[in-house]
Amino acid sequence: MSIKQPFEKVVEEHGGTVLRVCRVLLASHDADDAWSETFLSAMRAYPDLSDTANVEAWLVTIAHRKAIDVLRSRKRQPVPVEALTEAPTTLGVPGADDSLWEEVRALPDKQRQAVAFHYVAGLPYAEIAQIIGGTTDAARRAAADGIRNLRRNYPGGGPS
Amino acid sequence: MNSTDDLFTTATDADALARLHRKLEQAAEDEGLLDVAYRTVDSPVGTLLLAATPLGLVRVAYDVEGHDRVLDTLASRLSPRVLRAPKRLDPVARELEEYFDGRRRSFDLPLDLSLSKGFRLLVQQHLPSIGYAQTRSYRQVAELVGNPKAVRAVGTACATNPLPVVLPCHRVLRADGTPGGYAGGPAAKTTLLNLEATA
Repeated sequence: MSIKQPFEKVVEEHGGTVLRVCRVLLASHDADDAWSETFLSAMRAYPDLSDTANVEAWLVTIAHRKAIDVLRSRKRQPVPVEALTEAPTTLGVPGADDSLWEEVRALPDKQRQAVAFHYVAGLPYAEIAQIIGGTTDAARRAAADGIRNLRRNYPGGGPS
Repeated sequence: MNSTDDLFTTATDADALARLHRKLEQAAEDEGLLDVAYRTVDSPVGTLLLAATPLGLVRVAYDVEGHDRVLDTLASRLSPRVLRAPKRLDPVARELEEYFDGRRRSFDLPLDLSLSKGFRLLVQQHLPSIGYAQTRSYRQVAELVGNPKAVRAVGTACATNPLPVVLPCHRVLRADGTPGGYAGGPAAKTTLLNLEATA
C-alpha cells in the first residue's frame, strides 16, 4: 500500500518555491498560468510517482516543461503591447524586487534556468543538469555566470 | 551558503498562493482529479474535519482523532489526490450548522461508505433509524441488525464509524444508560445528547 502523503501537503510545502521558479522563468501573469498547469499535471500524475522520488525536483521539472510550453505559445501568438500593459502589476513579485526579477528574466535561457533551479529551488547541479540537459559542470558554470551577470547589472544585490 | 541567498529572499506571496490554490481546486474538480476534497468546520464539539469523494461524504473526524493522521489514512486507503477544497463540502457544512443550531433533525446528504465493510457497515447503515433525541443500547442495536449476540461487535462498529454525528452512533449507549465510549471523547457524546434533548 502507498505511503504517499496527501497532495495538499505537496502544494503546501512546495507551492511557494514553484511559484518563485515560475516567476524567474516567465513574466508574472504567465508565471501564474505555469504554476496552475504544473500543479494540475502533478496532481494527475501523483498516484504513479515513486514513493522515493524527490518531489521538489519532480515539480521543478514539470514547471520547466510548462514554462517552455508557455514561451512557445507566446512566440506563435504574439500579444499586442497594449494588452501587456493592461496586466495588473499586483500579480507579480511585490514592490522592490521587481527590478531584480526582471534582470533575472533577462539572462540567457540556460543561465536563467540554472539560477532559478539552484538558487530559488535549491536543487543540486546534478539534478539541474538532468532537467536542462548537459553536464553537471555546465549547469554549475551557467549558474555562476548568471549570478556574475546579475551582480554586474543589479547593484542592490549586495557585496559578494 | 553566501550572500546569493539574500539576493533571492522575497516575502512569500501568500495572497497569490491562496488565489492559485482556489484555481487549482476548481481545475482539479473540473478535470475529475479531486478524489478526496476536505475542509474543517467549527462546532460545539470542536473543529470537525469533513472529507468527500465524488460519491459523497466519506469521513467526519474529531480533533482528538488527529486531522493530519486522518488525512494520511484517506490518502493511503482512497487516493493520494487529497486537496483542501471547501466547495464540495458546502452542503455538509450547511446541514451540520443547522443541526448544531437545533434546526435540523436528520441529514439529507450523499454518503460514501467505502471505508466500512461487512458487519460494521451493516450496523453503521442502521444508525439513522435511531431517531433524533432517541437512544438505544448496544444490545438493542445488535437485535436491530438481526444478530443479538454481537453486542461487542456493535460497539466496535460504533467506535469505527467513519461519519460520526451524521450517522448517529452517539445515540447508542451502555445498557445502564451511561454514554460509553465515543470517537470524539465522552464529553462530545454528552454534548450531542444534551443538544438533541433540549432542541
